[in-house]
Amino acid sequence: MSKIEVKNVFKIFGTNPDSVLPMVKGGASKEEVLEKTGHTVGLDNVSLSIEEGETFVCMGLSGSGKSTLIRHLNRLIDPTDGDIIVDGTNVMELSDQQLIEFRKHEMSMVFQRFGLFPHKTVLENVGYGLEIQGKEVEERKKLAMAQIESVGLQGFEDQYPSQLSGGMQQRVGLARALATNPQILLMDEAFSALDPLIRSDMQSQLIELQAKLKKTIVFITHDLDESLRLGDHIGILNGGRLVQAGTPEEIIMKPADDYVEAFVKDVNRAKVLRAKTVMVKVNEFDSKNLKLADVFKVDEGSYIEQFLPKVLADRCTIQVVDKMGDIKGYITEKELAISLSKDAHNIR
Amino acid sequence: MKRIPKSIIYSFYLIIFFILIVVSYNSSRRKPDSVAELISDPKWLNNWPKWLDAPFKDWINTGWKSFIADYGLIFDAIGYGLLRGYTTLKTLIVQAPWPLVVVGVIAITYFTSGRKLGTTVFVGFCTFFIGFLNPRFWDKAIETTTMVVLGIFLCIIIGIPVGIAMARSERVRNAILPVLDLMQVIPAFCYLIPGIILFGLGAIPAIISIIVYAAPPLIRLTDLGIRLVDKEIIEAAESFGANKKQKLWGVQMPLALPNIMQGINQCTMMALAMVVIASMIGTRGLGDEVLLGLQQLNVGAALEAGLAIVLLAIVLDRMTQAYGDKIQERTQPQKKKK
Repeated sequence: MSKIEVKNVFKIFGTNPDSVLPMVKGGASKEEVLEKTGHTVGLDNVSLSIEEGETFVCMGLSGSGKSTLIRHLNRLIDPTDGDIIVDGTNVMELSDQQLIEFRKHEMSMVFQRFGLFPHKTVLENVGYGLEIQGKEVEERKKLAMAQIESVGLQGFEDQYPSQLSGGMQQRVGLARALATNPQILLMDEAFSALDPLIRSDMQSQLIELQAKLKKTIVFITHDLDESLRLGDHIGILNGGRLVQAGTPEEIIMKPADDYVEAFVKDVNRAKVLRAKTVMVKVNEFDSKNLKLADVFKVDEGSYIEQFLPKVLADRCTIQVVDKMGDIKGYITEKELAISLSKDAHNIR
Repeated sequence: MKRIPKSIIYSFYLIIFFILIVVSYNSSRRKPDSVAELISDPKWLNNWPKWLDAPFKDWINTGWKSFIADYGLIFDAIGYGLLRGYTTLKTLIVQAPWPLVVVGVIAITYFTSGRKLGTTVFVGFCTFFIGFLNPRFWDKAIETTTMVVLGIFLCIIIGIPVGIAMARSERVRNAILPVLDLMQVIPAFCYLIPGIILFGLGAIPAIISIIVYAAPPLIRLTDLGIRLVDKEIIEAAESFGANKKQKLWGVQMPLALPNIMQGINQCTMMALAMVVIASMIGTRGLGDEVLLGLQQLNVGAALEAGLAIVLLAIVLDRMTQAYGDKIQERTQPQKKKK
């Protein structure tokens, strides 16, 4: 059972969405619907499932419906049609009161422009979720301070958000979201407003935190590098439709259509592809001509960029091993050439 | 909820319009002998015919009379209550020694402005100069201020809840906006006269007029302030499961406060303007002095009184403005200089 399941969700913006629904279900495109009825299609038959403890990155350009999708998960936006099931609960069937309880405990959200309360101090901001839950001041302060420390902002707890830099503000946003200890974290373009260096810092911090906390994270971004770095699975949205969902390797090696291909065209493959993805399996490899001196051992989880210089310098063959030290496969210059080429699937 | 189709609403309006015309025609004493005459003699198309006259005036007068007869007592009670409050407050300040009042004003300004020395000294001098212009003005300025303060107090009690209701519901806003337009556009004398009938001469109709005249900007700015709060911040509150009440008092109101304070400041200025106009229905105070000067063609006296009003306006403005600035600093601290 997946942690979050989105089933056939449609969202249409406009004065009378229900009247347009049959047309969208009939397969009309976003442009057609807009021209004929003046309604905007936000999401068009999106179905996906997100496993517990993974980071699911939802990617697309602006207007592709990714921010709309994430707001469906905690029902900040109501879908026109479809079901959203979180932890076995159908979110669509919750009453207003139940929905409030659900939001208090199940998930919290981090926003693109931080969404901090400018009239509250960092400490009060981080403690907001707990305040809403009705926790006592002392407990609130204790839990909030712990979170502030975990994102490295101790000493700033009595400052107001506008006195902090963008990166620090977003760390406050992250701490606020973690303070209620929810199982699910929704991050809406959380790092998009930050400059590149700080963004990369924040990504590392998130990966570090995630290794400890094992939350289910839904992350929205328009940046492919970010999604490849963070995501266990990636879903790509275009015009409200989910065009492809899969692991980073799948997205890069087998783009589902031209749109995805255009997206992944400029990506640095050596940074994304792992040894086990590009290797030739042991039983398919002809190891007759192999001299032991020319072999270099790498872990199956390492990225190409980690052993590529070695191959170029020593002209050696890579032997891929798993954690136990068993040989899983080999990588020669030919495999590297294929996997690093932009038209990888054409060469094959 | 089911919505009534537009076409039905429009035809309903049309029916009312025709009923109005027929009623007006029938109740007119100057109507032609028969309807047939209208067709045979089209002369009535030249000038606006005397019979095409909705008898609103008569309706309002009849309605007004029965309204006074039925509910006059309630207004007497309201008027009496207000008068008691007004007299107590006024007598208290008037009887206090004047240096104490000046010091009091200075102290209030000092603390509301967040200990800004410049503003405090300026306000202190303005206060002193009201009496310095003409000793007679001192008590009159206190009367005027008391009316303004009471009026603002009532404006806040009425205006802020209405503003909140408008921000929350599109429907309420659509219903109230035309009423606000009416309150702001209708000439002051149109409600000053009924005010006298309901509450008698003096301070009370002035206070009521202040509410009619000065509440709309406060209501509008409250509504605007709440709606202007960043959508993402509201979403943040919602995503943590804040209910409507927690959202309003924890997030929307604090962030709308600078706008609301601006509304109260506007409310103060308009209230002062109204009190001066209200001197024409016998309200005492500084406006009374201006009127007196005008009636005696005494330019000096009128101008002197006008100057005193300006000084009073400056004092009230600086006090409310300074408080608003202080709140703004607290809720939206200055961005760090880059």
